[in-house]
Amino acid sequence: MQTKPYASAKYLPFGDNALFIEFGDTISLEINRRVIALNDAILKDQIDGVEELVPTYRSLLVRYNPLKTTYEHLVLRIKDVEKTLKESPIEAEGRRIVIPIVYGGKYGPDLPYVAQHHGLSEEQVVKLHHEREYRVYMIGFVAGFPYLGEVPDEIAMSRLETPRLKVPAGSVGIAEKQTGIYPCEAPGGWQIIGRTPLRLFNPSQQPPALLRPGDTIRFKPISEKEFKIIEEAVSKGIYSLLSEE
Amino acid sequence: MKVFQVLKPGFFTTVQDLGRYGYLEYGVPISGAMDAFSHVATNLLVANKPNDACLEITLIGPELQALTQTQVAIAGGDISAKINGQNAPMWQTLDIHEDDVLSFERMKSGCRAYLSVRGGIDTPLVLGSRATYVRGGFGGINGRQLKTGDIIKGFDMSFLKVEYAMPEELLPQFTSQITAHVLLGSQADMFTENGIRTFFSSQFRVTLEADRMGYRLEGPAVEHKAKAEIVSDALLPGAVQVPKNGKPIIVMRDAQTTGGYPKIAVTITPDVSLLGQAKPNDIIELSEVTMREAREKFLENYTLLNNLGKMLVRK
Repeated sequence: MQTKPYASAKYLPFGDNALFIEFGDTISLEINRRVIALNDAILKDQIDGVEELVPTYRSLLVRYNPLKTTYEHLVLRIKDVEKTLKESPIEAEGRRIVIPIVYGGKYGPDLPYVAQHHGLSEEQVVKLHHEREYRVYMIGFVAGFPYLGEVPDEIAMSRLETPRLKVPAGSVGIAEKQTGIYPCEAPGGWQIIGRTPLRLFNPSQQPPALLRPGDTIRFKPISEKEFKIIEEAVSKGIYSLLSEE
Repeated sequence: MKVFQVLKPGFFTTVQDLGRYGYLEYGVPISGAMDAFSHVATNLLVANKPNDACLEITLIGPELQALTQTQVAIAGGDISAKINGQNAPMWQTLDIHEDDVLSFERMKSGCRAYLSVRGGIDTPLVLGSRATYVRGGFGGINGRQLKTGDIIKGFDMSFLKVEYAMPEELLPQFTSQITAHVLLGSQADMFTENGIRTFFSSQFRVTLEADRMGYRLEGPAVEHKAKAEIVSDALLPGAVQVPKNGKPIIVMRDAQTTGGYPKIAVTITPDVSLLGQAKPNDIIELSEVTMREAREKFLENYTLLNNLGKMLVRK
């Protein structure tokens, strides 16, 4: 496995109406930055026939309308766009968003195990988790679920051997070096260490997800009391997102 | 306008249109009718727009009581419909009077049938679509399958004076053996030559784990070269992924938008619709096509759907 991007991006057909542009085969900031940069450049270029884009860790999926373009034509067009990025391959600065979180207790049932596993105190795990910024690498699994990277090695954890049938909405978990937030109640095997009162996905809002790939987030520890206050504000639709410049 | 009251919901009945597009980057699947061809046909039979919302009926139909006079059509898998106990033909416009009871027998072939209502079913648009996405809990009627007591609403629409039927030669035959045409997938190089050969020369059986999210298949194991995991990337309906056990999974319309198994192949658009009629124990065979053939089949299918309205005959 290469942690560096491929020397040149791979163009791969995906059925009769999509293609992949793959930049690497690992989770790395450099690779994901190229994905997001190309995503933004294609959007800006408004290439005819492009229907939608799906940025993920290491590749960009382009869904197109075969009535308006062909695979071969689109590859040429996107390679042109990609060339313009060669000089400045860095994406535009994403948004910076603060996610309030209660760690441990009933909100983070796996926190004691994570601490014990690494020979740390719960406080140390919490400190290591919230003292750094995370990048939203992609959204997937369930609607609005952000894959965030990366947690320090000191708190990286393998998934639960037996996934839980129900993980509550807002739960924040760790899987390997990734951390993520459950937007809705769902089955899941991530080690749950806390919970946010924010609503990460709301299909009646535009856009429906709170986060998008390329955003930077920071977790801010709050008390149970603050959790309740924010939860109520969110349900009334009067919570305004903290963002920092 | 209230059109039907649900007396019995059937096995799994949902409101669907042709899908929710433009939100894959937020993890929202496309959803929509599993068999798009039958969905479009049933709409055209009551002179609706192809994307109007219908009921998607799975294996066992619902029982519905009409709350008003309306016109409907039923297309898709062979499910004998009855109006007040009298046989009612599929693939044509049907008149429904207030208090009529529409019921169904067990599906004889295929897996899904579509019930259109003149003017289309009215549910709130969620992200531009009425398609029900049960796992996400949105779209259709409160984001779930029908239940007893639900009211199906429709739009006020004039009655058709001319009634339509599908010409005999266009009626699809749904058999329990399906050949799906596929293009090699973005990770086909992660499989051995032997694995690829197994994939294209074997019969795979649809297991009981088959729903709107996807079908797990049973058959000879498709061999990976080394590892059977990738760093997750995007998925679309029709993608065929193979986890470590070598048993392919065909991803369908409610599947999650990203996945971490190598994708050996991707089904062409018209055959994703065909696979929408597969049910447990059906046999699936995979047949490779080139990009050029895939494109030809796509355009052929588009032309058929686009002209279907004109090809209907007067009843």
